[in-house]
Amino acid sequence: MRVPLSWLREYVDLPAGETGRDIQAKLIRAGLEVEGVEQLGADLKGPLVVGHVLAIEELTEFKKPIRYCQVDVGDANGTGEPQNIVCGARNFAVGDKVVVVLPGAVLPGPFPIAARQTYGKTSEGMICSARELGMGDDHDGIIVLPPEYEPGTDAIELLELVDEVLDIAVTADRGYCLSLRGVARETAIAFDLPLRDPALIDVPPANSYGPLVKVEDQAGCDRFVARSVVGVDPAAKSPIWMQRRIQKAGMRPISLAVDITNYVMLEMGQPLHAYDRHRIDGAITVRRANAGEKLRTLDGVERTLDAEDLLICDNAGPIGIAGVMGGAGTEIADPVVDPETGEVTGTSEIVIEAAHFAPVSIARSARRHKLPSEAAKRFERGVDPEATKAAAQRAVDLLVLVAGGTAEAGVTDIVAPHPVHSISIAADLPDRVAGQEYGRETVVRRLQEVGCTVVGSDVLVVTPPTWRPDLTDPNDLCEEVIRLEGYENLPSTLPDVPAGRGLTEAQRLRRRIGVALASSGQVEVQNYPFIGEAVLDALGIEAGDPRRETVKIANPISHEEPSLRTTLLPGLLGALHRNVGRGTTDVALFELGRVFRVDGTAETLYHAPRLPVDRRPTGDEIAQLDAALPRQPYRVGAVFAGHRDPQGWWGKPQAWTWADAVEAARTVADAAGVSLTVRQDQHTPWHPGRCAALYVGEQLVGHAGELHPRVVKSLNLPERTCAMELDLDLLTAGGAVKAEGPKISTFPVATQDVALIVDDAVKAADVEAALRAGAGSLLESLRLFDVYRGESVGEGRKSLAYALRFRAADRTLTADEASAARESAVAEAATRVGATLRG
Amino acid sequence: MSAPNKSYDPVEVEALKPEEIERLRDEALAAFAAATDLDALHEAKVAHMGDRSPLALANREIGALPPAAKAEAGKRVGAARGGVNKAFAARKVELEAERDARVLVEEAVDVTLPYDRAPRGGRHPLTTFAERLMDVFTAMGYSVAEGPEVEAEWLNFDALNMGPDHPARSTQDTFFLKDADSVVLRTHTSGVQIRSLLAAAEPPVYVICPGRVFRSDELDATHTPVFNQVELLAVDEGLTMADLKGTLDHMVESLFGEGISTRLRPNYFPFTEPSAEMDMVCFVCRGESVGNPDRPCRTCSSEGWIELGGCGMVNPRVLVACGIDPNKYSGFAFGFGIERMLMFRHNVEDMRDIVEGDVRFTLPFGMEI
Ligand SMILES: [Zn+2]
Repeated sequence: MRVPLSWLREYVDLPAGETGRDIQAKLIRAGLEVEGVEQLGADLKGPLVVGHVLAIEELTEFKKPIRYCQVDVGDANGTGEPQNIVCGARNFAVGDKVVVVLPGAVLPGPFPIAARQTYGKTSEGMICSARELGMGDDHDGIIVLPPEYEPGTDAIELLELVDEVLDIAVTADRGYCLSLRGVARETAIAFDLPLRDPALIDVPPANSYGPLVKVEDQAGCDRFVARSVVGVDPAAKSPIWMQRRIQKAGMRPISLAVDITNYVMLEMGQPLHAYDRHRIDGAITVRRANAGEKLRTLDGVERTLDAEDLLICDNAGPIGIAGVMGGAGTEIADPVVDPETGEVTGTSEIVIEAAHFAPVSIARSARRHKLPSEAAKRFERGVDPEATKAAAQRAVDLLVLVAGGTAEAGVTDIVAPHPVHSISIAADLPDRVAGQEYGRETVVRRLQEVGCTVVGSDVLVVTPPTWRPDLTDPNDLCEEVIRLEGYENLPSTLPDVPAGRGLTEAQRLRRRIGVALASSGQVEVQNYPFIGEAVLDALGIEAGDPRRETVKIANPISHEEPSLRTTLLPGLLGALHRNVGRGTTDVALFELGRVFRVDGTAETLYHAPRLPVDRRPTGDEIAQLDAALPRQPYRVGAVFAGHRDPQGWWGKPQAWTWADAVEAARTVADAAGVSLTVRQDQHTPWHPGRCAALYVGEQLVGHAGELHPRVVKSLNLPERTCAMELDLDLLTAGGAVKAEGPKISTFPVATQDVALIVDDAVKAADVEAALRAGAGSLLESLRLFDVYRGESVGEGRKSLAYALRFRAADRTLTADEASAARESAVAEAATRVGATLRG
Repeated sequence: MSAPNKSYDPVEVEALKPEEIERLRDEALAAFAAATDLDALHEAKVAHMGDRSPLALANREIGALPPAAKAEAGKRVGAARGGVNKAFAARKVELEAERDARVLVEEAVDVTLPYDRAPRGGRHPLTTFAERLMDVFTAMGYSVAEGPEVEAEWLNFDALNMGPDHPARSTQDTFFLKDADSVVLRTHTSGVQIRSLLAAAEPPVYVICPGRVFRSDELDATHTPVFNQVELLAVDEGLTMADLKGTLDHMVESLFGEGISTRLRPNYFPFTEPSAEMDMVCFVCRGESVGNPDRPCRTCSSEGWIELGGCGMVNPRVLVACGIDPNKYSGFAFGFGIERMLMFRHNVEDMRDIVEGDVRFTLPFGMEI
């Protein structure tokens, strides 16, 4: 809502020194979001005057037609002689009154004006357009004034070019502030000044001979006022002051009847509609639409109506979507000028509608037809039903005043009975909500200031004013008191929070994982969870794979990516690709986040019950809500490309490999306090020979390794890109192993190396398991320090060299003991994996 | 008393003459002094201290002396050899020190060589910033509550006094699931607040709810369809707006430094009543840029205040929907976006940098924020 200060001052006698900034500050404190104060005409300087066009010479020798005009500007130029002005616009004629800026003046921009040579003439100033004067952006044409103004009259004052305009973002609960009346009321309270309420005007009582109206749906329309005016001059134009106020308020002047309805709406907040009486067939009827009914609205669009739409109809059918937009068929006709006689014909009899519609119904229709009109905006947020009569009266008065009409005596006012809503609150409730003592007297005074009727002492019975449908609950009333007393005056205290237990184990674990992976050289990313079929195809994930069963969004940002991720890899690989594309070729990324899985969910998926809100849901109902949701397990994933150790003065580069991916999984498992078992596997999208399945006990928790070369190619990734992904929920399902304090033996260690030759297909993990089993309890640690393939070990075979460390808790081991343990280890390896000692 | 055997005169043995011993000793000392490195010193040692050195030979002569002369000659030779040993040791220490100094010079390296060998990692500032907030509140006694990102509408909207016709429940703001009834991508973490209230048998409830939320905006320099939020909920007996204000003040002091405070401005949210917009004093200019064109402040656009988010007293209707008696309990809540806070706290100019996962953006934030 844009509020010109000059207009606001009509209702509140603000001290002359109060600037827009001052008022902004006070209104912000009272809870109006005044986003800015526009300074109109701040850099404007005269002389800017009314001019009378005496003569026009058409200059035709230029690319575009140019006019050389003589304009009478009265005494404004000091000589009284006509002013010679070159002008490119053509929408004016000899005899018209225009706005002339004279040399020495400054137009908004700032744009100083001087006499200048142009098109072979001296132009002593300019004939101005609305845009040049900062009046609005809507047209470039020259302003043609009504004929009554004397040449030389100051146009800055005439056009009210200097003003301040408050720009207010009105929140959903304060519909009444979508009007001068409402903002004036808040201003009056903020400055503790009286308000001149524009709705307090004389209105004749309702009678039976007003325009015929039938309200068939009283739930949708609880108030309908209709008035009529005859003898309206179709040629009448909106007066300048009205146009200017409409412009400053951010709307466009259109035609007299429309301008008057808009003006009254801006002033009182009551949307009005004006009909050409001759175009209405019979009584005006308010009813719901029949499904499929059609209406061409004012904007020229033919709309198919929904059975929920509330309509204004006549005998011939719909003539408007109530409170949203009128129909084209009954709008006020554009005046037509007879070219021979000059006579203007058009609408001469007007019916004014001022009604009150149910907010939800209007909101739904406006949304359904994508018509967020000014009227709908107000009805949705709540309009004062008691202002209907005054608003209709005001429109009638203006039609009489500026269009020469005659008000008809008939006053239609249909009122649906509705109960008076009052709220009981303890007089000290605002104190208890605020944590500050206001006292009963202040509470009552503040509530009365906003328009409430208040009775009672310890318990107050409060009846909110008709323009405040948002005041329904005791806390609403508390807010009124507290905001008017000033949020800025609230004390600052801290509650006694009971002792807490800090983060949960799962939360601490995610931190540890983040720190561990980052410390090992990976960079965390947070990717969007949106994926499409294309990336699943590129990953080679086949139909039937649970990762293909995605949760789909009805209104995705991109139709290419309408699903939620079932794996972290698409996002991670996307980020990897982006980094590489931007020149970071050595890159390791990780992400901790949820995936969305529908495998293993019940039939109740996606079907959440609609529960009431006036009570706590039962345990069953809460379970039903949860059963409607997909599984959303936490995962951790990592991707690697390029070098882990770059080439440098220290030596050759080392690439990130499948082993780093597996190691990242181990890092996560270590952080979680579980031990990970690695098994060879084949799993999309990994390289079939370089894929590790990761287990905790017998539970598969994820995969790691090098990506399949085909996947690397189709996603345009660097060669040998590696990846890891673990399900954190599964990883931690069994709980962490509690660390036992180890018993440290200080007896000497006995080290024995052993090189075993095994078949190439034998897995290192199996050899190690055999050695451990065979070595027995004296084995302190075991480490594979070399893998060798070559002639000396034979085709299809490899040598694995281990360092075994033996130690006893209670004595120094003899060489024989250590050797015996080693031999036993080798024997077990021979039995289990056919290992032979390398000679 | 009979005199010792005086048939031999020690002086008569040439090698044991005092002048001779003295000369041999001086020769040795001179040789040691002349040795310029440890090898030369070793040679001098062999020559003057070895088994076949003159002093060693002289020593052997002592045995041939008459008993009466032995003691004196032995003493003389012993003193000379002692002096030689001492001189050798001293020279050896000198030469070793010289050698060590030389070796250390030779072993010098350029310690300014770059060693950018280990890969550098880092955590995302959205994560670490949320953690920092969690730490502020867990220190106060709050717990951290989490919930699903795909959420039932009842938990995301209805229970929060956002009825079926609330404008936020349109496809312009909310992602809906295909072929689903009343399930959405959560538009805020408030559903977690509701879950926390439902999970508690009875207040007090003091929780902070961080998490990812979704709104159907296009990604641009200031918007993202997926962002992170932190919300707080406190429900207990006798909680007031003053408590809300104090809690906010405590938070901004913890995050932005001593003396930074908040201000509340009335606003409207369905889930709180009274509701407020919360601003904090600009931590860069502390308000000094206001009306001071010479010292403009980019962080607050010279407004002196930075908008943080929304807050208010929990609407009693929300408590009713969770089965909590609004006559006995009251509560406060607030929420804000982490991205926005990150942007003004760390001068991040483009939202896209936060979401795109470019490591050049993330690395400077390190492991904590
Ligand atoms: Zn600042």
